Amino acid sequence: MEQKTLVLGVIGADVHAVGNRILVYAFTQAGFKVVNIGVLASQEEFIRAAIETGADAILVSSLYGHGEMDCRGLREKCQESGIGDILLYAGGNLVVGKQDFTSVEARFKAMGYNRVYPPGTMPEVAVEHLRQDLGISK
Amino acid sequence: MQAALLIDFGSTYTKVTVVDLEKEEIVGTAKAGTTVETNIMDGLNNALNQIPEPSGGWNFVRKLACSSAAGGLKLIASGLVKELTAEAARRAALGAGAKIMDVFSYELSAQDLERITRSKPDIILLAGGTDGGNKEILLKNAEHLAALPISLPVVVAGNKVAAPQAAEILRQKHSPVVVADNVMPELNVLSVDSARLAIRDVFLNNIIQAKGLDKAEEFIERVLMPTPAAVLSAAELLADGYDDERGLGELLIIDVGGATTDVHSIAKGDPTKPGVMLKGLPEPYAKRTVEGDLGMRYSAEALVEAAGRRLKDYLGWSAEEVHTQVEHCLKEPWWVPKTPKEEEFDTALGRLAVEIAVNRHVGIIEVVYTPFGASYIQTGKDLTELPVVIGTGGVLLHHNNPEEILKGSLFNSIEPATLKPKNPALYLDKEYILAAMGLLKEVSPLAALRIMKKHVLKIGG
Repeated sequence: MEQKTLVLGVIGADVHAVGNRILVYAFTQAGFKVVNIGVLASQEEFIRAAIETGADAILVSSLYGHGEMDCRGLREKCQESGIGDILLYAGGNLVVGKQDFTSVEARFKAMGYNRVYPPGTMPEVAVEHLRQDLGISK
Repeated sequence: MQAALLIDFGSTYTKVTVVDLEKEEIVGTAKAGTTVETNIMDGLNNALNQIPEPSGGWNFVRKLACSSAAGGLKLIASGLVKELTAEAARRAALGAGAKIMDVFSYELSAQDLERITRSKPDIILLAGGTDGGNKEILLKNAEHLAALPISLPVVVAGNKVAAPQAAEILRQKHSPVVVADNVMPELNVLSVDSARLAIRDVFLNNIIQAKGLDKAEEFIERVLMPTPAAVLSAAELLADGYDDERGLGELLIIDVGGATTDVHSIAKGDPTKPGVMLKGLPEPYAKRTVEGDLGMRYSAEALVEAAGRRLKDYLGWSAEEVHTQVEHCLKEPWWVPKTPKEEEFDTALGRLAVEIAVNRHVGIIEVVYTPFGASYIQTGKDLTELPVVIGTGGVLLHHNNPEEILKGSLFNSIEPATLKPKNPALYLDKEYILAAMGLLKEVSPLAALRIMKKHVLKIGG
């Protein structure tokens, strides 16, 4: 089966680089082709990278609490750019404070994200979901 | 005397340089109008006749040429995303010494194709998709190009899986069609050397004949490359040195012409301060940019527009005064300033052409405020610590104050984010030998390097 391509990056004015490196390693180990655009990535950079590399999914990290602001509108821009059906995942410390995660998840899903992860999620969870969503049999 | 004859068939002048290969010295340089419409040899002979022939006659053991005559190497590039493969294709083309007429991105539209047909480039560079990435765009655009009413040489440097198939489609209409390595094999990884070589090969094998340069090939050995490629090649030699002969180190070369200003940098451009993050496409070590709107004569009007307030601030003239002088530049491109006022204007034009061209060539640094304090992001090359800046080109060499013009390349504290050289030594290619030395490098790199070190001289204090 053809290798699936993921665009991975940390969105907004967020400079958390360590988790980003760990995710590159984890997804690569799981058999994906990882296109990492690193920290301080804008929505446009995610989209450009996804178009050029023919990516199957965009994985957005946000660790500094401004995730909701930074992630809003990405789905619409994808639609505008001709990759409207691409899988969008978001995870990290998406919002500030101790908010109820179900409400956070609901808000991100309403923004067009297919999967949303609370703090402390292990990479294996997302790997499993990617396999399901992309129809990869193990 | 064992001599080498080095020729630059320029768009306006044919320039010849004769080198004594044993003594590693320049015997003479001369120029005459390029005669591409009639017989290109006439201009060459007119130039060569100006150099006094030794008693025993010339003994040219090497005769090499570069050319930017008949419009240079006109190229149209196409990629997928504007900032990614389209930009990578542009950089590959610039490095090959091409004159870029257009860069298209995404699927070619009817208007894009119409523009290709109308402007009849010498070559098309087709890119798109990283390896393992998007395949559709390369095939789609190959199909569009195959439907053009004209046949052109095409270099395909896109997604490696789709490239052979795209070439197959293109061959239905175009010839030759050459496949080179992908200009962007991975996202944000630039790989331009293979495409550069492919463009140069197409130039050598196909375009020279079309431009009437083949008449010269009976007399000379070969037209080796486009002139800008020769200058870039000489610049690399002068910077890096050869064998035990040391070069000058990282450098910037600025060529101010009547129509364009070319900037070449041979420098890594890594951040000079700690804690700076790099963004955007990586820069080629040998980087060339061409500014089509910054020229001292044909493009004077566009230059004045690009300069805007800066020109007024520099000169303190009224808009009418500036306008009168610009008219003059356009009407008589051969005009040489005579009165002090005209000289003042010429200096200002040159200074601003250099200033703006270098601003566009070098990188910038931005401060991003994050919840964890300030972060610095650098895009492009940091040349603040660059030790050498060299001026070349007709305008600079015939000017009475080249230093004043070249100082436009220096760091300006009013624009601290623009990473221009802070304290370089300024040099002048007084005898206009850089292109010739790029040619000589092909047969005798050590001689070319030593001659450049002798003849490219430091100016100012």
